[in-house]
Amino acid sequence: MARPLRSARLRAAALTLPLVFFVGVTFIAPLGSILVRSIHEPQVADALPQTLASLEAWDGTSVPSEDMFRTLATEFRLLDEQRKLGSVATRVNRLESGMRSTMLDTARALGDADPDSWRDAMIAADPVWGEAKAWLAVRRAGERFTLRHYLNAIDLDRDASGNIVAQPPDRRIYLPLLFRTLGVSLVISVICLILGYPVAYLIANASPARSNLLLLLVLVPFWTSLLVRTTSWIVLLQNQGVVNDLLVAIGVIGDEGRIALVYNMVGTLVAMTQILLPFMILPLYAVMRSISPVHLRAASSLGATFRQGFVHVYWPQTLPGVAAGSLLVFILSIGYYITPALVGGRTGQLISNMIAYHMQESLNWGLAAALGVILLLGVMLLYLVYNRLVGIERMRLS
Amino acid sequence: MTGHRSERKAAARGGRQVFVTFLLAALACWHAGCGTGGITVVSWGGSYAEACKKAFFDPFSAETGIEVRVESFNGGLAQIRAQVETGNVHWDVVDLEFADVVKGCDEGLFEVIDIDEFPPAPDGTSARDDYFEGTYSECGGGGTYYSGVYAYNRESFSGERPSTLEDFFDLGKFPGRRGMRRTPVVNLELALMADGVPTEEVYAVLSTPEGVDRAFRKLDTIKSDVVWWETGAQPPQMLADREVVMSTAFNGRIFNAQVLEDQPFTIVWDGQVLDYGQLAIVAGTPRIEAAKQFLLFASRIESMAAVGRYIAYSPTRRSGMDLITTHAETGIDMRPHMPSAPENLARALRNNPEWWTNHAEEMTERFSAWLAR
Repeated sequence: MARPLRSARLRAAALTLPLVFFVGVTFIAPLGSILVRSIHEPQVADALPQTLASLEAWDGTSVPSEDMFRTLATEFRLLDEQRKLGSVATRVNRLESGMRSTMLDTARALGDADPDSWRDAMIAADPVWGEAKAWLAVRRAGERFTLRHYLNAIDLDRDASGNIVAQPPDRRIYLPLLFRTLGVSLVISVICLILGYPVAYLIANASPARSNLLLLLVLVPFWTSLLVRTTSWIVLLQNQGVVNDLLVAIGVIGDEGRIALVYNMVGTLVAMTQILLPFMILPLYAVMRSISPVHLRAASSLGATFRQGFVHVYWPQTLPGVAAGSLLVFILSIGYYITPALVGGRTGQLISNMIAYHMQESLNWGLAAALGVILLLGVMLLYLVYNRLVGIERMRLS
Repeated sequence: MTGHRSERKAAARGGRQVFVTFLLAALACWHAGCGTGGITVVSWGGSYAEACKKAFFDPFSAETGIEVRVESFNGGLAQIRAQVETGNVHWDVVDLEFADVVKGCDEGLFEVIDIDEFPPAPDGTSARDDYFEGTYSECGGGGTYYSGVYAYNRESFSGERPSTLEDFFDLGKFPGRRGMRRTPVVNLELALMADGVPTEEVYAVLSTPEGVDRAFRKLDTIKSDVVWWETGAQPPQMLADREVVMSTAFNGRIFNAQVLEDQPFTIVWDGQVLDYGQLAIVAGTPRIEAAKQFLLFASRIESMAAVGRYIAYSPTRRSGMDLITTHAETGIDMRPHMPSAPENLARALRNNPEWWTNHAEEMTERFSAWLAR
């Protein structure tokens, strides 16, 4: 009796295996690899093993010994032959600007001949080898495990002697961008709530035929490709676009005074609000539909004005929907990337665009990973605060 | 009953066989690159890729039977680096700015090519001597000159029109939004030239930290009015939509909009940044033989000059210059539209690929930080 039951249970469990596998491959594994990448950077350590071993004994201030010069030069030369020096130099260059050309030029200047004095030859190729900072940069780039991506991600850095210092003002971009992202997400959630609440109310309380039609009007844009909707906003909002043409035609603005509505923050706000609106309306609608109209009638029969009835009877009952919709919109907009990239111009970019930049263009995956992790932690923190204030068990999606 | 069952079993077995065959085919496909007959060539999209396709992609396919699939990108080494580092190379030949060819060659991202295998000039001059000085890399083949210029839409100006590089940076005299490419390349040079640095000193000034600061300060003066573009097709579009009053652009894109679409655009050649590019084979491509064949074909002077019959870009081999004649579709004389035409060179800066090879990373990082603020 027990055996068939157990095998049935096993079979049922086996049915979830594809899902477990899917989640593991598409979610857990990439997330883990991102976490590892943000603190683990072995490429330089693997490329310059002997140099880094010899640098361990070095005091960090004096001019390195002839032996260290020889070791470094030999490894540079080997890497150059294998055409690997370029990518190693790029990593060192992130710690000390100018090191890329220093390293490549040095390898080329040294050529194949063995000089009498490696120190003189390298300093002749680039005088910076006579200074401690070049060596410190190589040593720091050679750390296998490092927290510098996290420091960089919050606009901090280590100076030559290892103290944590603020980045120079023209490099402080990530924290402001992070706060801008949180601010924009908050604003979008609020706008979506203000716009979505009456719409959801209307749909929930209309006659079935009209409510179906209205729901369709919400769903059709929702089903339309994100790219189509975003580029449509460009057509509408651009300088010679429909909105500006209309404003000029009715004389609100002159032909010279066309307003910049796209490729800036306005573009990002408008397009994202429209795209995320259904995520607010649908949970609100689901909750409102379950609220019996009898409640409001009871309130008014007991002498409450419409306002009192709304504030004390209706609004509290819709809170689970408000909570769900707001959280959904907020979290979606924090990670939004394509829309700001297309309509945000320079000033409407969010932190995710910077992550994409480091993933795709600068290929500084460590920094991209650190930014991603910080964003994730930020969202989790907000979620906890939210749970404390609103209570997640009150949230309802339908 | 049993009959049914065995039938069902047979069907299942048949199904399984089909499935396994399918899986094997997919695996083989994945391993060797599907459609091994063809190669993937990555270019810059729009009218330039179209011109290259007519000029030598299609003739190459006609001659060798090797299919050329065209993809587009916006330049840079990032995607190539990612493919080579992960060992998953699906691009075979890429059309790049010269600084990127050199840099990628240094990093082992491209296959090394022996230039002595290239077809010589008609008079017997070797390809090595036929290339203009400094326009070939040990990893590159083919090659075109193009130019970073700025252009404007004549309909945007009722009175005086811009005519010098200084006008581009003069918001007082010519108000309105400007398009610029979202990269430090060309922009830093334009800024310094507009700030009064003579062309021959631009890279010397840029090599000092103060010079870089000076370039960014100059860019600061128009930053609030700049719309940043990324693909070469955007500037003519933005000019036509009058989204911007003027924009930097690749000269050929503006030329094609002028002749093929009759757009009222004017190119300002003053302060142009003359640049060139080459094709390179991505290291580790499984289709190396076909890619090499393609590169050799692209390095024939006929192929290089043919590009100049569809778009205003000229070949980087001397003997190819003689083959520049008229536009293939409209029959207009191409020579005055080329960046290298004497009348367009009055104030021209030759891009210094060596400088960019060494500084691109640093400048791009600083540029993106500057943009984000």
